[in-house]
Amino acid sequence: MKKRNFKTLLIGFAFSPNLKANVFEATRLAYYFNAKLFFLHVGEKTNAKENTFLDILKLPKESPEKIEILWEKGDPVNVILSACLKYKIDLLLLGALKRENVLKFYMGSIARKITRKASCSVLLLIDPSIERKPSQHAVVNAFESTQTEPTINAAFHFASDLSINKITLVEEINRSEHNLDVYDDKSLRLATLKKEKIKRREYSRVNQILKKIPKSYKDNIKIISQSIFGTRGYSIGHYAKLVRADVLIMNASETKKTFLSKFFPKDLDYILRELPTNVLIIQNTN
Amino acid sequence: MKKESAAKSFIYQIPQNLFSGFVVSLVALPLGLGLALASNAPPISGIISAIIGGTVVALLGGSQLTITGPGNGLVVVLLSSITILGGGDLYQGYLYTLAAIVLSGVLMFLFGLFKLGALGEFFPSSALQGMLSAIGLGILAKQFHVMLGFTDINGSTLELLILIPGSFIALFNSFTLETILAASIGIVSLFILFGYGKIRSRALRLIPAPMWVVLLAIGLSYYFELFSNLDYPIASTLLISLPENLLSSFPFPDFNKILDFQFLGIVLSLTLISSIESLLSIKAVDKLDPQKRRSNLNKDLRALGLASAISGFFGGLNVVTVIARSSVNVNNSASNRSSNFFHAFFLLLFVILFQNQIQKIALPALAAILVYTGYKLSSPSNILGIARIGKEQLAIFMATLITTLLGGIILGITIGIISAFLIHVLINNSLLLFTRNILKPNVLMYREEESGNYYVSVKNFCSFLNFYKLKKMLDEIPENAHAILDFSLCEFVDHTVMEGVNDYRRVFSRKGGLFEIIGLDIHLADTEHPFAIRKVLPIKEFFALNKNLTKRQLSLEKLSKVLNLSYNPEMSSESKSLDHFIFFKTKLINYQNNQLISLENNFSFFDLSYSEGAFIAKEDLKASFLLINLKEKIPSFMLDKEMFLGTIVERFKYKDLDFKKHPVFSKRFYLSGSNESEVRALFDEKLINFLIKNADYYIESKKSYLLIKRKDRLLSIEEIKKLLSFATELVLILKNKKNE
Repeated sequence: MKKRNFKTLLIGFAFSPNLKANVFEATRLAYYFNAKLFFLHVGEKTNAKENTFLDILKLPKESPEKIEILWEKGDPVNVILSACLKYKIDLLLLGALKRENVLKFYMGSIARKITRKASCSVLLLIDPSIERKPSQHAVVNAFESTQTEPTINAAFHFASDLSINKITLVEEINRSEHNLDVYDDKSLRLATLKKEKIKRREYSRVNQILKKIPKSYKDNIKIISQSIFGTRGYSIGHYAKLVRADVLIMNASETKKTFLSKFFPKDLDYILRELPTNVLIIQNTN
Repeated sequence: MKKESAAKSFIYQIPQNLFSGFVVSLVALPLGLGLALASNAPPISGIISAIIGGTVVALLGGSQLTITGPGNGLVVVLLSSITILGGGDLYQGYLYTLAAIVLSGVLMFLFGLFKLGALGEFFPSSALQGMLSAIGLGILAKQFHVMLGFTDINGSTLELLILIPGSFIALFNSFTLETILAASIGIVSLFILFGYGKIRSRALRLIPAPMWVVLLAIGLSYYFELFSNLDYPIASTLLISLPENLLSSFPFPDFNKILDFQFLGIVLSLTLISSIESLLSIKAVDKLDPQKRRSNLNKDLRALGLASAISGFFGGLNVVTVIARSSVNVNNSASNRSSNFFHAFFLLLFVILFQNQIQKIALPALAAILVYTGYKLSSPSNILGIARIGKEQLAIFMATLITTLLGGIILGITIGIISAFLIHVLINNSLLLFTRNILKPNVLMYREEESGNYYVSVKNFCSFLNFYKLKKMLDEIPENAHAILDFSLCEFVDHTVMEGVNDYRRVFSRKGGLFEIIGLDIHLADTEHPFAIRKVLPIKEFFALNKNLTKRQLSLEKLSKVLNLSYNPEMSSESKSLDHFIFFKTKLINYQNNQLISLENNFSFFDLSYSEGAFIAKEDLKASFLLINLKEKIPSFMLDKEMFLGTIVERFKYKDLDFKKHPVFSKRFYLSGSNESEVRALFDEKLINFLIKNADYYIESKKSYLLIKRKDRLLSIEEIKKLLSFATELVLILKNKKNE
């Protein structure tokens, strides 16, 4: 028996043109995870609304056994956050907004607030659809952090549930770490050598983590390790977009928000402002 | 151990750097005097700048082959500074300006210290071109009058340009020996400078053109002194005057205007222009370095700043890296910084030993050199080149040019930046694209785990505003690697960036790497990026211009049919790795056209456009070449006509192999090779006799390739036929030898 990663899922819904696609996407995920699914509407409950929603809910073929519909009133951010705690939600689903005319997605201000404060893992969906678009490639962050190992573990669970067949582990290395300016031939040589050294070190660190992952999860999956020297949080998003990954799996932000960080974007902010693809943010509760 | 051999090779290379420094000093002397005079400063101030610059930067600089001294770009600022700050008193204005020079040197030193060498990257390249053109026009407008013998015509650049016909009329109205002689010195000098590039005689070319002009002027005064009864009929105002005692009469900068608003503006202009001119020059020289070294920009800026500050204290002008003198340096086989020092040393020697002779140089001769410099900076071909890239580039260029002429350099470059930005917003029809993304990182670089290639991807937009981010990443890639630059996620790429990445492509191909640019083609087809106007490399548009075949091209086409070759008249920038041949070590390859290729693809004939040197010492050349693939490796050698004087330079590098048995051959040809015994074995009786029988060809071999050239110009159809038959026979001889 496989250990289940996400046992309870929650998705907020509103009566928008996207509703049908959101319902299909959420039921499908819950079905694959074999999880209980909560639907939450923040606002007035009317018969008309309930009937419309129940009609839609009948449509998906791949649907989990347990579904619960919640109707609550209040401030969306607080309602959703407290529901997550109350129902011991493991994974919260949020939909992204699309920028006018261009294929660029971003999180609305409410969703951004929820993402930062959520006590559980969050999956940001850029393009929910009625038809299933199978995921194939997951990009996972693997930079040096205590949270990285659980995240990589969760990523392999996630990949196995959704039959993803390729995982790229990205070790982002901040420029401050090698701290070598290139200004002529000699410094270029030195910097290149030092980068190689750091890269080897990172590679063996990630390999240690990979060794601990059960073999059954690693079979049938192509695993690539890629190190990138660049701004943390930014590079991995750009990379995920470039390689057309289906999902980007990241650690939840560790750092507390400070006054300054409002002006200088930190790790996750780059991703939230411009979603490269679907993003799964893993919250490690223990 | 390694250190020791470095010291050894340094000593071993001293002769060639000494020689190169000497030739450069021949150019630097007239230019130094001229630039100082054009700035209304005492002539010696330009020489002081070169002497201090050469010494300090040679000791502390971060580049190898650059020459430092007074720069062209600064003339306009210095001139207005000396005039305005002095309020009519030129000498007092000069003392105030010295203080500005000292401060700008300190500022530049700080730029280098805080690693702001990248500051030069923030300017749109068309705006920079516009600024340089305006500076060139400024020099030309003022000096044209001096060249005709009129030193007291003043005004703005535009006024001075309009007054040029007036000076000609004035010349013919006052028809005296004195005026006519002065004007003819100037005009003949200008002709020498323009004609020098056409002369290919190596003996004449040993002395650089500006020195010929100076020698002519000095010679003329000696003619009057020794052979004529007349006094030298040039007014003393038209002659150079040096201080009586060179070593003791240094003026001291006057710092009294230090808080003056105008003064600070001048300091800023001086710093800005010296940094830009230096950075552009350093990068241009790096492209010419046969050893392909990369300069340390910030270290060089520190050295230049320090040198400027010292120079200002001793009455000298700003020290900047100068492209024309540097390229003369490269062409004369300099190999390290010592040549810059030797150039300074020889200048010092000249002013001490030839003080009297220098004072005999007529100003019109020096003015002619400056007119030529100004013309090179603002020549119509520059404007045409920019117009070909795009109308919007022309608009940026003209906006900068006109505002610089009317309101000075700081205003001009500001307007240039603003107009470039506005045009980009208009083209994209979106201000948000820029405001939303300007502060975000937009470049991703990583080394692909599987292939080992470097992959660089750029997002959103890439223009002069954020090019430095891309450059920083590109600079970290070793140039012998394979790099892929992907613009597919980028909605807009501007001209400055296209030009910049093209430079990278060149550097990579010179150093044996590969630099690919991808993702630009999709901008045309993909509606996701409807606003991407800069989807093709400008170079391609440039080549698409000529459609009609010339007479020579028609004959080539005919010849190709007779000889059963394929003919392609179109220009292409693909250079067939010609960079690896010694012949092209210090040359830049522009493009090739008129290609004749044999069916087996083992030889190709083509016309090649390449250039030697840069800026005013730049010469664009066209010649026909034949490249043969022997399919088998042969010893590397280089065979050239033996010259009486012209090979002095080459002597430093390569040893001439002579054959005792074949005195005729040895006398006529200059042969060298990396492996002497192999080359000697290759040149047997048969081959030598064959070569003696034929015309003089330049032949160079590299691995399995042979490069053959007949003349330093395009060949006629008859000459091409002869070249082809010569090559066929040569290949046969080499093949037979292999089989023996």
